[in-house]
Amino acid sequence: MKDKTIKSMRFMGLGFLEPLFKTISGEEPKKNLSIFIKKSLFPLASIFIFILFWHLGATALFNKEADARIEKARTEQGEEAAIAMAECIASGDISCQPNTLPSPKQVYQAYLALWKDHLQIAEKKDEFEEKVSKTNAERQKQGLAPITYTGRPSFLDQIGTSLKTVAAGFLLALFVAVPIGIIIGLSEVLRNSFNWLIQILKPVSPVVWLLLVFMIVKTVITDPNMDKSFIISFISVGLCAMWATLVNTSMGVANVDKDYMNVSKVLKLSIGKQIFKIILPASFPLIFTGLRITVSVAWMVLIAIELLAQSPGLGSFVWEEFQNGASDSNAKIIVAMFVIGIIGFLLDRIMLTVQNFMTFNKA
Amino acid sequence: MPILELKNIYKSYGTGTSKVAVLDDINLAVKEGEFVAIVGFSGSGKTTLINMINGLESPDTGEVLLQGKPVTGPGPDRGVIFQNYSLLPWLTVFKNIKLAVDEAFPQLSNSKKENHIRKYIEMVNLSHAAHKLPKELSGGMRQRVAVARALAMNPEILLMDEPLSALDALTRGTLQEEIIKIWSQDKKTAILITNDVDEGIIMADRIIPLTPGPMATLGPEFRIDFERPRDVTAINKDPHYKRLRNDILEYLIEVGATRQQCSDQKYILPDLQPIMPGRVSIGRKIKNQKVKYF
Repeated sequence: MKDKTIKSMRFMGLGFLEPLFKTISGEEPKKNLSIFIKKSLFPLASIFIFILFWHLGATALFNKEADARIEKARTEQGEEAAIAMAECIASGDISCQPNTLPSPKQVYQAYLALWKDHLQIAEKKDEFEEKVSKTNAERQKQGLAPITYTGRPSFLDQIGTSLKTVAAGFLLALFVAVPIGIIIGLSEVLRNSFNWLIQILKPVSPVVWLLLVFMIVKTVITDPNMDKSFIISFISVGLCAMWATLVNTSMGVANVDKDYMNVSKVLKLSIGKQIFKIILPASFPLIFTGLRITVSVAWMVLIAIELLAQSPGLGSFVWEEFQNGASDSNAKIIVAMFVIGIIGFLLDRIMLTVQNFMTFNKA
Repeated sequence: MPILELKNIYKSYGTGTSKVAVLDDINLAVKEGEFVAIVGFSGSGKTTLINMINGLESPDTGEVLLQGKPVTGPGPDRGVIFQNYSLLPWLTVFKNIKLAVDEAFPQLSNSKKENHIRKYIEMVNLSHAAHKLPKELSGGMRQRVAVARALAMNPEILLMDEPLSALDALTRGTLQEEIIKIWSQDKKTAILITNDVDEGIIMADRIIPLTPGPMATLGPEFRIDFERPRDVTAINKDPHYKRLRNDILEYLIEVGATRQQCSDQKYILPDLQPIMPGRVSIGRKIKNQKVKYF
């Protein structure tokens, strides 16, 4: 019974509750309680302390800004205006709220607002789809493109777009960097001749890549129906992020254990078999480490690139909110910040799982 | 005609002043079905010698003849058992052997290949572990896989480069017997490189010492004429065995000693002061250790 509960807890990803469960059921209570405190309570406590400091800091900044406003009203319009301003701020009226670092509470409210907004937009979308479903069916018969919803995207739609861009950029990096890395890794001459180029291009800033890609894509793609900003942003993301994979792949391929190479020589494997049966599996650990770095770099540069490329997604969401300057804009930016962080963390976890699944462990 | 012949082999590493002649004037002829052991100190160039036979390295001068033809590179006609097993860690036991069988017998059908592989896995008593990865096996089991892989290619010659040196004495003993048992079934030509004189005496027909490097060369051969199948415990008590063992060891020690006299290299030893036990204590004992969170 007890083992079964523990097993199902682990399966559901609630393994961190295991020591607490053991404590309650009386199995080495002292030891398990200490494990529980170390593994679960301390991380939680660190989050609470972070939020507390954030709250205190935000309050201090709020007061400073409020004082400045009151002082400004006093010097410009006299004592009465200052009192009116102080009352206005105290009443919580939107028109005179100090615009500064939002408090955790405001951020939570902004999060709720974004969620509500998403539900509304989703509802509108459904209504729209229903309305045009008949027309679309007819248009399809005539061979015309269906009418699509062109309203404002919600926050969740923006996340989806960003994920799509990152996925496209990652795949581009994968299909460019891994083959090139293998070819470069196989030949010392190629490795030496490309090394300086790679070393120079690797530290180039994402912004410059974006401009470079923009120059090329603008000329190459003349079809106005194509989503140019998406193409530009995913190619830039791929270009920025592929270097880690390229370098790691060529390193992995170049440094395959000599024992494995001896085996392939003694067996007289053909070049193809040598690459696919020995060299690639042997360099998988390094290749996947590179791909993991690529994913996190891609997600990191994505925001900056979307911001500049005017391509829809989290980056442009942040930029629009910053330009917008509404009372809850700052809070929405912080919400986006946490969403970006959490998604980045999840992407890294997914890559780690794939890496563990695909690579061998030397005993 | 000998199946394998080494003629006047000379091999060196490095260039210019750092050039080191590893092997010099190596001559050897091995008859078909013979089991030859080459015994030498570590660092004397044993692995270089076997790498020249299997084709991973080539001699500077002289030639290696296999059935009268010069060796130009590695090939599946020479099965190699490496010192550190060299199994591919991402393949199971079965697939590790299959990789070799695919190369040696590309014309066989899949079911025949599978039977062939199973036969050799059974021969080394690993049927229960056929679908395990190398990391799940013990050192002795891994070496058995390497033996099965080399034998499954059905090579003309079996080359063993200190195959058992990484194993403990007991496992080594059983594996020696197993290898001999498998070898006696089809009497392949076998060359064993080892640093253990006893191992050579128990397994081989001939023992040839390799003098310590640089410029290592083969010494006079010692014939081992114990009847096969050999009984290890009986051999151990045999006065002839003791004499043979002493002769080989004496020879090896003698050439080792003359080598050392020849070298005029002086070793500078570090000037270390011994630490008196009990005077220095490293770390403190902590009494009543409490639960520490940080």
